[in-house]
Amino acid sequence: MNSQKVITWTVRVFIYFLVIAFFYWTIKNQYFSYIFENIEQFKVLVIEHLQIVGLSSAMAILVSIPSAILVTRPKFKRLEGIVSTVANFGYTIPNMAILALMMGVLGIGFKTAVFALFLYSILPIYRNTVAGIHSVNPNLIDAAKGIGFKPHQILFRVELPNAAYAIIAGVRTAVVINIGATALAYLIGGGGLGNWIFMGIKVFDDSILLSGAVTVTLLAVITDYLLRGVERLVVPKGTKRS
Amino acid sequence: MIEYNEVTKVFGKDVRAVDNVSFKVESGDIVVLLGPSGCGKTTLLRMVNRLESITEGNILVNNQRIADLNEIELRREIGYVIQSNGLFPNMTIEQNVTIVPNLLGWDKEKKEERYQYLMNLVGMDPDDYRKRYPHELSGGQQQRIGVIRALAADPPAMLMDEPFGALDPIIREKVQDEFLAIQRELHKTVLFVSHDINEAIKMGDKIALLRDGKLMQYDTPANILQNPANDFVAQFVGQDRTIKSLSIHYIEDLMKHKQLNETTDQKFSKQVPVNMNLRDALGNILESDEKEVAVTDENQKVIGSIDFSLISQYVSELSQ
Ligand SMILES: Nc1ncnc2c1ncn2[C@@H]1O[C@H](COP(=O)(O)OP(=O)(O)OP(=O)(O)O)[C@@H](O)[C@H]1O
Ligand SMILES: [Mg+2]
Repeated sequence: MNSQKVITWTVRVFIYFLVIAFFYWTIKNQYFSYIFENIEQFKVLVIEHLQIVGLSSAMAILVSIPSAILVTRPKFKRLEGIVSTVANFGYTIPNMAILALMMGVLGIGFKTAVFALFLYSILPIYRNTVAGIHSVNPNLIDAAKGIGFKPHQILFRVELPNAAYAIIAGVRTAVVINIGATALAYLIGGGGLGNWIFMGIKVFDDSILLSGAVTVTLLAVITDYLLRGVERLVVPKGTKRS
Repeated sequence: MIEYNEVTKVFGKDVRAVDNVSFKVESGDIVVLLGPSGCGKTTLLRMVNRLESITEGNILVNNQRIADLNEIELRREIGYVIQSNGLFPNMTIEQNVTIVPNLLGWDKEKKEERYQYLMNLVGMDPDDYRKRYPHELSGGQQQRIGVIRALAADPPAMLMDEPFGALDPIIREKVQDEFLAIQRELHKTVLFVSHDINEAIKMGDKIALLRDGKLMQYDTPANILQNPANDFVAQFVGQDRTIKSLSIHYIEDLMKHKQLNETTDQKFSKQVPVNMNLRDALGNILESDEKEVAVTDENQKVIGSIDFSLISQYVSELSQ
């Protein structure tokens, strides 16, 4: 227990040190000056980026949580195998390939990017929701039934609250991955901070590249932090075990 | 009142978990479903609140066929307690205890009053535990909450599936005693699953002994111990069944049939109260130097003495 703590702290301090060193280096070399010189474009790109992430993630949540709930209902038990196989298969396709495929079908642009990233975010959320619901102790469901809960009461008062931690974890993973993957949206004309990253690569300018890449990273870190806050609010106290 | 009429349950094609069982649980009685693992106790129990369907036959609750009742309403009128307590980890103790009143739409004051009453029933401080979560309680406390949750809406009947099975022996004794005390006040009709003959003797007004889904004997603990219906029952209750039966008879009972020995000016090293069961009394007799102990009434007054031969005579009269 204690030695584990020591290791965690060592790693943490080491990482903080690296981050600080990195920012010291980049700021000293004025790598971020590009942002301030192009502040208007920067704002547009960040907003575009967030729009793609927000829209595709929201759609993914709206599709995958209800479908996970549906396939875990006793009535639709048989559907689960089929749906899960399809979803898993979809996830084995690299995200670049999905973008390319979508471009073939939908043409280039913002909508294509949103749709491709939506597809790519479905699985982590779906899979965690299904696993979370399955992990609820069957005795609880039995007790709930025996006490006279109706099916929807079992879902909302027992299954979802006790699966909340897993569901939020799935959403967090999906959104954070999505923020990174959205950098690729530039390739199909979707906009976002990928613009600067790929431009930086093309013209061998670290300043442009880092202005894009570091911003994407920061967005991911901040979002993860915010979602942890949501987790603290949503996950019922009694189901948390430290 | 719960009545089984030629009830059969078949799982799949040919697993006869319950085989043509008929018996009647009178209102206010505790009936223990007893038998070895896999004999169908749980299945028999769960058919009453329709968690399992009935293949053949029917079950009546208060003279109504359960098949004709609304399943949700039926369950809300029957308390249900399981071995692994089934408390909801996402809800506080208060929320757990008042969950059925909540489903039934009771108002706030009535729920609060009930919560206070129930917690006091099991000797737990209502305010100390109100905001705690199930994982912050000991196993025994969790099981107590499981029991009062089932009692919350004051259902006339209770189904209990090995409710104290996971507790260690000392806590189990305590919770059993507590439940019996509650039962003396509330007179619920209780179906109680157990695989422990001692628990069955202690808790049951009657015992339904099962084997491979068939009912072997349905009788009072005393009769099951004294007159086992067949070899299986005799074997199940054990070779020490006479000693076991002593634990359901008290010195008071013996006094209705026999005179205690007179104690003129004799002094005995040990004294036992008149409401002690004969098994414990026998233990005391064997431990005493005189092989005889004094019996005292409620006012600690010695009213006579008891020895081995007196108990032995009483037992042989019983089994006639
Ligand atoms: N859902 C089910 N599907 C198929 N067979 C089942 C099912 N539930 C129970 N059985 C079978 O029915 C028989 C009786 O099971 P039951 O759970 O009622 O036994 P039990 O007396 O409660 O045993 P235990 O003391 O181990 O809890 C067993 O042979 C069991 O394997
Ligand atoms: Mg069982």
